Amino acid sequence: MKRILPPVILGLLAILPLLGLSSYWMHIFILVVMWSVIGMAWNLLGGYCGQVSFGHAAFFGVGAYTSGILYTKAGLSGWWGLPLSIVAVTVSAIVIGFICLRLRGPFFALGTLAMGVILRVTAENLRGFTEGDLGIMIRERTWTEKTWYFYIILGIAGLTYFIVRKVIESKLGYYFVAIREDQDAAESLGINTTLYKNIALCLSAVITGVAGAFYTNYMGYIDPKVVFALHDISIVTIMVVMVGGVATFWGPTVGAMIMVLLAELIRSIPKLGAAHHTFFGILLIVIIIFLPNGIVGDLPKLRRILRLGRTL
Amino acid sequence: MKALLEVKGVSRFFGGLAALTDVSFDVQKGEILGLIGPNGAGKTTLFNVVNGFYPPSRGDVVFNGKAISGLKPHKICGLGMARTFQVVKPLQRMSVLDNVIASAFLRARTRALAEEIAVETLRFTGLYEDRDFISKGLPLGKRKRLEIARALATRPELILFDESCAGLNPTELDHSIEIIRKIKEMGLTIMVIEHHMKVIMSISDRIVVLNYGEKIAEGTPGEIKSNPLVIEAYLGESQGA
Repeated sequence: MKRILPPVILGLLAILPLLGLSSYWMHIFILVVMWSVIGMAWNLLGGYCGQVSFGHAAFFGVGAYTSGILYTKAGLSGWWGLPLSIVAVTVSAIVIGFICLRLRGPFFALGTLAMGVILRVTAENLRGFTEGDLGIMIRERTWTEKTWYFYIILGIAGLTYFIVRKVIESKLGYYFVAIREDQDAAESLGINTTLYKNIALCLSAVITGVAGAFYTNYMGYIDPKVVFALHDISIVTIMVVMVGGVATFWGPTVGAMIMVLLAELIRSIPKLGAAHHTFFGILLIVIIIFLPNGIVGDLPKLRRILRLGRTL
Repeated sequence: MKALLEVKGVSRFFGGLAALTDVSFDVQKGEILGLIGPNGAGKTTLFNVVNGFYPPSRGDVVFNGKAISGLKPHKICGLGMARTFQVVKPLQRMSVLDNVIASAFLRARTRALAEEIAVETLRFTGLYEDRDFISKGLPLGKRKRLEIARALATRPELILFDESCAGLNPTELDHSIEIIRKIKEMGLTIMVIEHHMKVIMSISDRIVVLNYGEKIAEGTPGEIKSNPLVIEAYLGESQGA
């Protein structure tokens, strides 16, 4: 059952575009799948390895700008950004890891947060390279239909799920969790904590960067305020995982679904729509208090609450 | 007999505080060396220096003929030295089996092999029945034994036990002593910190005594028991009565 679930869900999602959904709904589904990719990536570092990053926008942005700059400066198709962002993001992850991974706990979180902001300010000011606040526009859209964009991000998501699963079930996964639970104990068990934390960061960063490169090609326009955003990227990434379930395989996907749909729902409410960040904040507090392991992580608890509600 | 571990003139300062001053001794291959001393004598600090958590401020630690002072703990563990912690550090949200698998990966290339080592170690330490428990919920006695199992799973030559018997009830105590004896029979070398005098006197081949960070005595349990300096350190100066 557990073994066939991922291909079944992937298969069901793959027939979505055949249902003749409106362009708006395809857009929503593309966003859900993209956020689940970013969530799975963050989960690898924050959920399993216990290094909570508040700066994943840095990697998303570097990935996005790799695509954008290849297009504007090298005249290549933005799609080259997908493979090439792996190189650019790995380099930036190694630099950020060198600086931040010597810090523990909240200090690491603050360090990554600062890195995200630094990269945003840099992208805003390196006008000759990034076009600054004007942003980068991809003038030729590859497809006007959304179908192929959906299949591309779905492919990335499937691959990400597969990689995360393989990593977590291997030696790497055991080492990540050991580091999360007790760094000193892990070190004394012969685990090179610095090395494995860097591996977790690089893996997580690269997947996030690929999602960023996809974003550039899909949206056709990026600017520093969007792709290096603290609350719209870094914080939402954490929320996706927290709501869905930290250190679970399906948590990020469930979280992405809820967050994207909820955002659309709240934005469509007249007058209250502008306050969607407030609603997210309240949701996060409720989740942390009642379902600290997220919806997937606290599924048994959630079932119990629902059953109780029915009998009352 | 060849010295497996040589501690040569090791000092460790924390700011102005000398936690260890010029401590020297050897651990011979295959022996159990007891390390005793009143609270705050520097026993755990010595373990932390030997195991690589702190570099020595002065002096050298030599393991298997190789200078290891300044190496990171994971390197030292890879060379064949494992330790347990006085304040137990189980990987809390992992099952008992996963705890030991995580440490068995040091020598095992595949997951299957790591699991094999882990299961073997759990049977040896009598934790096999508890393998699926989340280690957070284990009682103290079993958590102490889990520390031992985890250290063993790294396939060490030398094990440092930091009060692996403290806080145990008499049955658990006998069990742990039994395990330590069996580990010795397997040919491993053991260094053990222990407050329980009966335990340390019965299992140690030799004993080193620390007081205020200095070595004040070294010898067989019999010699240590009658050493006036040791008696003074533990019971205070005699009033001439």
